[in-house]
Amino acid sequence: METTTVFLVLVLLTVISFFMGRKRSHAVVSGRGGARALHSLPKHYGYMAALWALLPSVLVLVLWLVFEHGILAHLVVSQLPSSVGQMSASEQGLYFNQIVSFASGGTDASQLDPAQVIAADHYRALVASSRTVKALLVFLVALLGAALALRRIRPNLRARNHVEGILKWILFACSFLAVLTTLGIVLSVLFEAIRFFHAISITDFLFGLEWSPQMAIRADQVAASGSFGFVPLLVGTLLISAVAMVIAVPVGLMSAIYLSEYASRGFRSVTKPVLEILAGVPTVVYGFFAALTVAPFIRSLGETLGLHVASESALAAGLVMGIMIIPFVMSLSDDIINAVPDTLREASLGMGATMNETIRKVLLPAALPGIVGGILLAVSRAIGETMIVVMAAGLSAKLTINPLEAVTTITVQIVTLLVGDQEFDNPKTLAAFALGLVLFFVTLMLNVIALYVVRKYREQYE
Amino acid sequence: MSKQGSNKASAAIQASLKKRYARERRFQWYGRMAVLIGFVFLFILLADIVSKGLPAFTQQYIRVSVNLDPAMTGLQPGASQEQIYGADYLGAIKSSLREMFPEASSRNDKKALYRLLSIGAEYTLRDKVLEDPGLIGHTTEIWLRAHAEAGSYLKGQVSADTPESDRKVKDQQMAWLDQLRAQGRTESRFNTTFFTQGDSREPEMAGIKVALYGSFFTLLVTFAIAFPIGVSAAVYLEEFAPRNRLTDLIEININNLAAVPSIVFGLLGLAVFINFFELPRSAPVVGGIVLSLMTLPTIIITSRAAIQAVSPSIRQAALGVGASKLQTVVHHVLPVAMPGILTGSIIGMAQALGESAPLLMIGMVAFIMDPPAGITDPATVLPVQIYLWADSPERGFTEKTSAAIMVLMGFLILMNGLAVYLRRHFERK
Repeated sequence: METTTVFLVLVLLTVISFFMGRKRSHAVVSGRGGARALHSLPKHYGYMAALWALLPSVLVLVLWLVFEHGILAHLVVSQLPSSVGQMSASEQGLYFNQIVSFASGGTDASQLDPAQVIAADHYRALVASSRTVKALLVFLVALLGAALALRRIRPNLRARNHVEGILKWILFACSFLAVLTTLGIVLSVLFEAIRFFHAISITDFLFGLEWSPQMAIRADQVAASGSFGFVPLLVGTLLISAVAMVIAVPVGLMSAIYLSEYASRGFRSVTKPVLEILAGVPTVVYGFFAALTVAPFIRSLGETLGLHVASESALAAGLVMGIMIIPFVMSLSDDIINAVPDTLREASLGMGATMNETIRKVLLPAALPGIVGGILLAVSRAIGETMIVVMAAGLSAKLTINPLEAVTTITVQIVTLLVGDQEFDNPKTLAAFALGLVLFFVTLMLNVIALYVVRKYREQYE
Repeated sequence: MSKQGSNKASAAIQASLKKRYARERRFQWYGRMAVLIGFVFLFILLADIVSKGLPAFTQQYIRVSVNLDPAMTGLQPGASQEQIYGADYLGAIKSSLREMFPEASSRNDKKALYRLLSIGAEYTLRDKVLEDPGLIGHTTEIWLRAHAEAGSYLKGQVSADTPESDRKVKDQQMAWLDQLRAQGRTESRFNTTFFTQGDSREPEMAGIKVALYGSFFTLLVTFAIAFPIGVSAAVYLEEFAPRNRLTDLIEININNLAAVPSIVFGLLGLAVFINFFELPRSAPVVGGIVLSLMTLPTIIITSRAAIQAVSPSIRQAALGVGASKLQTVVHHVLPVAMPGILTGSIIGMAQALGESAPLLMIGMVAFIMDPPAGITDPATVLPVQIYLWADSPERGFTEKTSAAIMVLMGFLILMNGLAVYLRRHFERK
């Protein structure tokens, strides 16, 4: 049976268990004053039976699906001739994939050796029996669960508390998913990164000044030996982020100050949502804008000034990224400036200071920690931004701080290393995970510091 | 003396006032400039995309009289469905083009002549003959799609002033197209192909159907996972969670996940769902799972705010008449908080619809012509289609990219508009 069919039957079984549970609850009190003699409402007994039928069987189904492939592969490979056992891991994988694709009717037998054809039959038989066993096991568990629940139904069984206890655990599991996601990110990135550091030493990676990940994948290929120095990528990333900040911070901060301190209510209520459209524009759109409109414009502008500008200059990518971040800086600064108590404002104005003196000498110093925190959050967003730089920044890793030249960033390299061919045993693809690890930790540090600073700042005025 | 001193001081203040007021005015102007810069950027961005994308919604057609002579196509009247399917329509189209412009005699001229029509023209003709086999053996007038380059000349995007070597449409082709236009053999129609076709190597035949289907399926999976889990998590954290280390850990994690770069979620998807669980590559199901993990923090944070905003009196009233904690939440708190939760979820979905970086990681960048039938078929999504087309240098694709962006932005405006409407509508009550 297909997994979807199994699941649908399971849902049906659950619904049936609900009605059986409800009926049974009526039955156990039929001679003793009806439903009023029950501790809980009849439907709660139904829910209980349904949960007992559904949860364990879904667990079994999920576990089966997770481990099915690995176990089948192991069973098939163990039956293969011993010559296969001497192959390398990737050859073995290819050999096995040929069997699977033949078994599902993908390739024809002429490309395979006889052992593979036999193995394919074996595999097909195993898949068929796995399907049957899976369906039977899942249904058995469901029926068993429902039967157990039904047997337990008594008038004094606290079914509502029981059901609510289970549901509370489910709610907890949902929120615990956030922790699991973080753990998943850290482990998956860390695991592959460690494999990378087996091939390339960690100091070469962190302090190397050259990045050229082209490596010979096969022995007969002519290619550079590949060097994985991370510094040019870091400098490129920081350069583009710095250009973005030069645009976003003054514009965002001044807009926030103007809108919160000077602008009329009507002007503010129109302007803010319009500027926030900039935050809702997908990054791929900014990338397109940067690559096809801004970059050629800056290039031709540079030419009229007699400057040499690369066609994928850091300036173009940074400028557009700055535009994207303006609303982010604006709304963060707006929150923070509004959190400064009015008493400070009024005291300063009462002493005869003009509004701009109040802002510059009282409000901004008071809000400074919060604003710095906000800017750090914006920097972390700029560092992690992908599509703009993938489309508008270069690929060659040049160690420069001239914004008119083409540089590359961490995210660009992750994308270029992973899109396309995927062999998970060469340092080229594993390098992407090492970069991902660095990216994750850099942005994590920035976020933790920023959130801490912002929270401290808020507490100060509460 | 003191009077003199204070006079002096007030004179100094008077003198400095002018400066201070000037500075005040300047400062205000800086603020106005900053807001204006934001507006100007937004305007340039939108104007650039709309001006580039609008022409893509029209498609140029050229009317050709095709002779479906048996000698030419090898088709006899009364041919079977299969014979009609396999006949040589390209030859028929080419010969009728040669008839119209006998001056094209050299190999290169002929090649240029054939490039007036789309490569898909023969299939249009085939479909027409399949529909009406009575055409076989007769000469018929048929509107055929123009080639992207010829089309861009007909739309007036190519100027004859640029040197011939710099343009794809050559002088000879321009002369032919002018002649066709004078004869009334060209026409501009609304480009339905753009919405009914998948990706193609030819700009005039490329469409966003696959991307639209893929985006729909991906968002479906995202919503099916992120909405129930996000709301449950928010309910737990707001209503049930005890104040302890574990709850703090969960909250810190949610806040941090909201700021993790989206590409990192792509790495997670690649390592866990594709390599470990061996789910299919390029499939909406994996894309949906990855995007749901990415949007979960948004949904949880906004849902928590919505639940927090529900008046405590409602909770107390429900608890007071004997409802359990869970009943209070499900029957009373959630219905009141639902508009806020939906607003947050729609905003999260809009975020997921525009996201492309993590989907590049899990291989949703394939060239796909047929729309997916389900969540496990290979597909691409609208933003990734935009990314793929943006890489193509042809003018036709630049136009298509901008048009696809307009469609994407249209959906986003619709979703955000719905969110704003929900918030306004329920705030009033």
